[in-house]
Amino acid sequence: MAEAGAGPYRLLGGRIPYVEGPLKVTGRAEYTDDIKRPGMLVGRLLRSPWPHARLRRIDVEEARRMPGVFAVLTGERYPTPFGVLPITHDETAIAVGKARYNGDIIAAVAAADELTAEAALSRIRVEIDPLPEYSDPRMGTQRVAEPIHARGLNGSNIQKEVVQEFGDVDGAFARAAHSVRVRATFAGVTHAFTEPMATIAEATPDGRLTVWSATQVPHYLHRALSEVLGIPLHRIRVIKPEVGGGFGGKSDPLPHEIVAAALSIETGRPVKVLFDREDVFYTNHGRHPTQNDVRIALDADGRIAAYDIEALIDGGAWSSFGTVTTYYNGVLAMGPYRVPAFRYKGRRVYTNRPPSGAMRAHGGTNIRYAIEVALDRLAESTGIDPFDLRARNALPPNSTTINEFRITSTSFLQCLASARARSGWDAKFRRLPFGRGVGLGCGFYISGSNSPIHFTPKMPQSTVHLKVDMDGGIAVHSMQADIGQGSNTLLAAIVAEVLGVELERVHVQRVDSDVSPIDIGSYSSRVTFMMGNAARRAAEELRDRLLAAAAELLGRPAAELRVGHERFFVAAQPEVGVPFLDTLHRAMEKVGALTASGAYDTPPKGGTFKGARAGTAPAYSFAAYVAQVDVDPETGEYRAEKIWAAFDCGRPLNRLAVEGQIEGSIHMGLGQVMGESMNYRGARLFNPSLLEYKIPMPQQMPEIEILLVGEDDPEGPFGAKEAGEGPLIATLPAVANALYDAIGVRFTELPITPDRVLRGLDLRRQEGRPWKGS
Amino acid sequence: MPAAEPLRFRLNGHPVEAPSPAPRILLDLLREDLALTGTKRGCDLGTCGCCTVLLDGRPTLSCLTLARLVEGREVTTIEGLTPPQGLSAVQAAFVRAGATQCGFCTPGFVVTATALLREHPHPTRAEVVRAISGNLCRCTGYTKIIEAIESAGRGGA
Repeated sequence: MAEAGAGPYRLLGGRIPYVEGPLKVTGRAEYTDDIKRPGMLVGRLLRSPWPHARLRRIDVEEARRMPGVFAVLTGERYPTPFGVLPITHDETAIAVGKARYNGDIIAAVAAADELTAEAALSRIRVEIDPLPEYSDPRMGTQRVAEPIHARGLNGSNIQKEVVQEFGDVDGAFARAAHSVRVRATFAGVTHAFTEPMATIAEATPDGRLTVWSATQVPHYLHRALSEVLGIPLHRIRVIKPEVGGGFGGKSDPLPHEIVAAALSIETGRPVKVLFDREDVFYTNHGRHPTQNDVRIALDADGRIAAYDIEALIDGGAWSSFGTVTTYYNGVLAMGPYRVPAFRYKGRRVYTNRPPSGAMRAHGGTNIRYAIEVALDRLAESTGIDPFDLRARNALPPNSTTINEFRITSTSFLQCLASARARSGWDAKFRRLPFGRGVGLGCGFYISGSNSPIHFTPKMPQSTVHLKVDMDGGIAVHSMQADIGQGSNTLLAAIVAEVLGVELERVHVQRVDSDVSPIDIGSYSSRVTFMMGNAARRAAEELRDRLLAAAAELLGRPAAELRVGHERFFVAAQPEVGVPFLDTLHRAMEKVGALTASGAYDTPPKGGTFKGARAGTAPAYSFAAYVAQVDVDPETGEYRAEKIWAAFDCGRPLNRLAVEGQIEGSIHMGLGQVMGESMNYRGARLFNPSLLEYKIPMPQQMPEIEILLVGEDDPEGPFGAKEAGEGPLIATLPAVANALYDAIGVRFTELPITPDRVLRGLDLRRQEGRPWKGS
Repeated sequence: MPAAEPLRFRLNGHPVEAPSPAPRILLDLLREDLALTGTKRGCDLGTCGCCTVLLDGRPTLSCLTLARLVEGREVTTIEGLTPPQGLSAVQAAFVRAGATQCGFCTPGFVVTATALLREHPHPTRAEVVRAISGNLCRCTGYTKIIEAIESAGRGGA
């Protein structure tokens, strides 16, 4: 049972257990790999063992002749390029002409069983010419001998270059009372969700295609399938079963999804493509390896005068979301502080490595680390407490940033006050014994994007349909994608809240493009805000029709009536009322089942300069985290003992889910700062397993104290903003700044592994710089 | 390959006979041959714990277990821990605590937690953490999973 809601709400604001929880704890929740179709074949992919190679000849004849092999496909069969962003379609379902990374798909097989499929792959003969390998973005910033893609800037491997300048940056640095420069470098990290990708495709004799896939964005998959296969959208049906985590890694339409469909069309049989863990690592699309050079100028009052940022971003083999990444890595620096002058030059460069893409807190994580570490240094050099420095610079509510972001609600100051008080900061900062320390890091993130990826036709970002028949069960349809974050639960709770009925009446239907109206899915931390508003409007439309029926039954004007606890009643005389079902049946008399629809679209999209839309959001989240760490100076090992996480997500609508998002975000942030790293030798990934790529284990998790201090956002549904991605960001700099407080060493290379801690300690001793008596 | 003797073992309390060629892995036997899909495949390398089942009552990674090795033994999967109606105490605690997010690791955690609570009905937090250290979760930071197991150990309080 859900715990009671907060404030004026019956359910919302309480702790609402996930509606699909009973299915998940019993193993009955259906994921893609749990589905079997009659006559289903096994699809397998041949991946390039070469980082960069011209494909001279691919001989599939022997494989094709093997008993049990139904189809062998190579790239020229479906050469139409695709990609998640309409402006950078540079992927194909199967490589055409050349392989661009070790892991690129160069052929695909459909066979009766796994062993036959594997045997067939081994009989495919590929003749290649090796091409120069570009394993580092520095190798690709000028004209190169063999550009990875023809679309690189001026014959280089630069996929995207962003140059922006606002205000008088050089003047601000010339006049600055204090300034600091930080170069921070970041290894690539990956999502490491537990469910490997899986897709089933079934082409049927009626000319239709059904695709079940582990995807965060069924709508983008739908579009990519249509474009590449040349089948109209209305003849393709995309179904999203339960998805075992995504974190951005299942948000691009992916080549194997199209390959599964192509193999099914080719064979006339259902085909399943199931990834093993190595496939998942090679597919990657994780956070970009990045180098951020940040300069910050402060005036004599400790106010930020300017930022000057230069970024070099390793994109890997494809564009993916990279154009967005390149913008975000600059523009997401524009909060949570006022920045009166700003210069940014960001370049994302193709390399022959597995593609990077969107990962939780996409574009906002690496730049925030560099800024928060720089601010910690400025706090030290100016003698201003880190909290005071940040409070002095906080963006005010209802303001506009220099790059024309519209800031509405912010409770950043409350985040700072709460984290400072609860953590006991003033008694701990620089006062704990050597080896132990506290650090502050802050966060800022979009609550969805005002600039959705699809451009045509113009349509709302989210639509929700409701249908209620005589049984009183309310069926909810929307293409929002629950990937574990609890959006189905929130959708049901919003509908139940508005209609005043029990949660159990509301059934959120599985995403199915045949019946679900379009919502553009789970990415950019958009779902609560956008789907939530759409759901509220749909439910209000239905409620108003029920109120009209209740008015007839009660002989009172609808305006005098209220809903709640499964009945409609007179506000001034709550004992006078009619039950929900009687009201529903009256409302149905002339029309049969009731249906209602609600939609949400975002407000206007910022300035008019090039790239102005990047980073515009209907609202922003804010965070202030304190981490406390304990370092063993002998081994370099350390642990985060506790994190105080003050977060502004507006009004939390399901506290259980908000806490879950924050706790999971901290886990992922700790992984990136403490040890996770995609390790390469040249262009080759050499730790493609969960044994070698280690995510934090239970014993590495700190105690977490969550402090939800947000006030209602004026446009968020019931006052809510995002809580799915922003909570990751502050974790990284809070830990790094705590390490400095503990041992007097600054870390600018992530992850901060024990060997780097030891090296830092040695260096500090060599410099003869004592720290807290050590 | 000559037809092997069928494999005989007890599965979720019932005797089972299944053809099983020598290289068959227990996870594949359960998921593919016996259609028990509650046991999840996360890594195939024994690193994630999603495929955990009980072998003679002890948590065991089914992806690293040859099916032949369960001959004459007792295998319990998540399906075998689920009552015909409703939920087990551990399962109910997971739902109440919000210990599922994506849910893909959940059956493995429920199996592991059930074994722990059978041996130590009132585990300390450290014992809970030790018991689940072979199971990975990327969604929850383990916080609510640990809470759920502790709560089940307190009889659901």
